[in-house]
Amino acid sequence: MTTVRISDDALAIACGAERVARRFAELGCEVIRTSSWGMHWLEPLVEIDGIGFGPVTPADAEAILAGKADALSIGRIADHPFIASQTRLTFARAGITRPLSLEDYAETGGWAGLEAARALTPEAIVEQMKASGLRGRGGAGFPAGIKWDTVRLAKGERKYIVCNADEGDSGTFADRMLMEGDPFCLIEGMAIAGLATGAGKGFVYIRSEYPHAVARMRAAVRLSAPLIAPFEIEIRVGAGAYVCGEETSLLNSLEGKRGEVRAKPPLPAHEGLFGCPTVINNVLTLAAVPYVFAHGAQAYADYGMGRSRGTMPVQLAGNIRHGGLYETAFGITLGELVEKIGGGTASGRPVKAVQVGGPLGAYFPPSLFDTPFDYEAFTAVDGLIGHGGVTVFDDTADMAAQARFAFEFCAAESCGKCTPCRIGAVRGFETIDKIVAGDRAPSNLALVADLCETMKYGALCALGGFTPYPVMSAITHFPGDFVEKVDG
Amino acid sequence: MIGEGSLEAIVAAHAGREGPLLPILHDVQAAYGHISDEAIRAIAAALNLSRAEVSGVVSFYHDFRRNPDPRPAIRLCRAEACQSRGSEPLAAHAERIAGNRVRVEKVYCLGLCSAGPSAMIGDDVYARLDETALSELIGAL
Ligand code: SF4
Ligand code: FES
Repeated sequence: MTTVRISDDALAIACGAERVARRFAELGCEVIRTSSWGMHWLEPLVEIDGIGFGPVTPADAEAILAGKADALSIGRIADHPFIASQTRLTFARAGITRPLSLEDYAETGGWAGLEAARALTPEAIVEQMKASGLRGRGGAGFPAGIKWDTVRLAKGERKYIVCNADEGDSGTFADRMLMEGDPFCLIEGMAIAGLATGAGKGFVYIRSEYPHAVARMRAAVRLSAPLIAPFEIEIRVGAGAYVCGEETSLLNSLEGKRGEVRAKPPLPAHEGLFGCPTVINNVLTLAAVPYVFAHGAQAYADYGMGRSRGTMPVQLAGNIRHGGLYETAFGITLGELVEKIGGGTASGRPVKAVQVGGPLGAYFPPSLFDTPFDYEAFTAVDGLIGHGGVTVFDDTADMAAQARFAFEFCAAESCGKCTPCRIGAVRGFETIDKIVAGDRAPSNLALVADLCETMKYGALCALGGFTPYPVMSAITHFPGDFVEKVDG
Repeated sequence: MIGEGSLEAIVAAHAGREGPLLPILHDVQAAYGHISDEAIRAIAAALNLSRAEVSGVVSFYHDFRRNPDPRPAIRLCRAEACQSRGSEPLAAHAERIAGNRVRVEKVYCLGLCSAGPSAMIGDDVYARLDETALSELIGAL
């Protein structure tokens, strides 16, 4: 009997994987549902004896089994340049294991990190974390080891590990893929964080837009409970508020309150969930932890450049030919990611702009394609890496519309706590409307720049404080989209 | 409208948890399609909160609604990656064919950003949408 491997990741399903799987089963094949390789342009991707076919429709099944589908074949998946050129630490199991199989997980090195950590003192665990150089994936890239150490040293009857799986940045899907494809890896990372800090309980707060990830994580928590005991994990579901990806607002939400951002201090590490010392890390940070302990801090730190150590799962999204998940050491350039790995636009038209780091990230023109993927290098060109999302736009994009959208999004999602964000965002898109209409464009552009300054320094959290990135980068790099309309 | 027993059952099922309000609201929303004044009163009483506190939470989150809307709904992604693949003209098309019969809602990112435009109906997800595929989805609702 032929064994056919097909992903049951949400993206594969959204592209029709269920019907393809059913067709192969009807034809007498044994169908194994795995995680996704991350080659999204090929989903539904079908794997038979290591050879990949994609994108496959149910009508292709018979030809594939008869050996008559050369046009769909991509050869050995593991040798495909998109896969072979990656450095997969966090996504090492992607495409390979069955997500909820404890057997597959253990066979591929699962739990080795937790076992190693169990032999260490909390202090030694934290030292390893510091030595690995692992920084929070998302936001400012704060060193994870220092955060853990603060919680370890904090006094509290109870302590918590909170996994932020609510970072709903558009153009990112690594969290979703990890939770759906390798849920035990996240669970193992959280259990190690528990050992390091003395926390007995962890929460995974998942955005409600990811129902597949919620179901998968719930099942994985049930299956792995005895293996991580006495540490316990509970899954919680968000309720559609983008700002809850902000760590203090997430804590309020977990407590059952409005997801308003809290002023810092106190730091969550001192007074977090229910007033107790709390580690909040996002999915990719915690999922990188098992590797650090299974292979040693140095092995992790050996990847990367400068102060950006290890790897980054880059998410190639938007109008890109070869979209998907590409994990690589820091230091690769933006241009290599877009042109070489991503193959340029899906539409075949020239690239106009690339937004890096989600809705609060800057837009880059191709002239900045030599910027290396590295926290500091991106800061130097007024950008941020954020969650590693790379969203490509072709030359039909209107950057004034994109700048307007950034303000509109901020206004729709603002928690309302501070004026620069709550009012500023609304004034922002109103003013852009005037510019586009040709109403005193130069002075209104100056007004937008001034407003952005106020938001950047006056807002309490990243939503208001980072909205200036997409807005100002659009104005700086694509001035023609704003003033052309006035001049003629 | 709300059967007392079942609302009580929802509250009771979560009562022992830390910070039970959001899980309760999710279940009430799922069971009744909205969160009524009556439900707010009952939840507030059970959790020892004021009604204002509970309705403040309900109004903060996009997933909860105060009034019923029995129409079937489709949620179209309107975030940047889908925009770059043509979600805006598609949304206008969706509004046209949905008329008043189907609710077309906005959602910001479903994590399918390399294969947009994307949409969600209930918990089912769809990617690589074009006018034909979208018309079929909306027609079948
Ligand atoms: S910047 Fe916006 S979202 Fe953040 S705290 Fe202020 S009002 Fe709330
Ligand atoms: S931007 Fe539409 S699915 Fe992510």
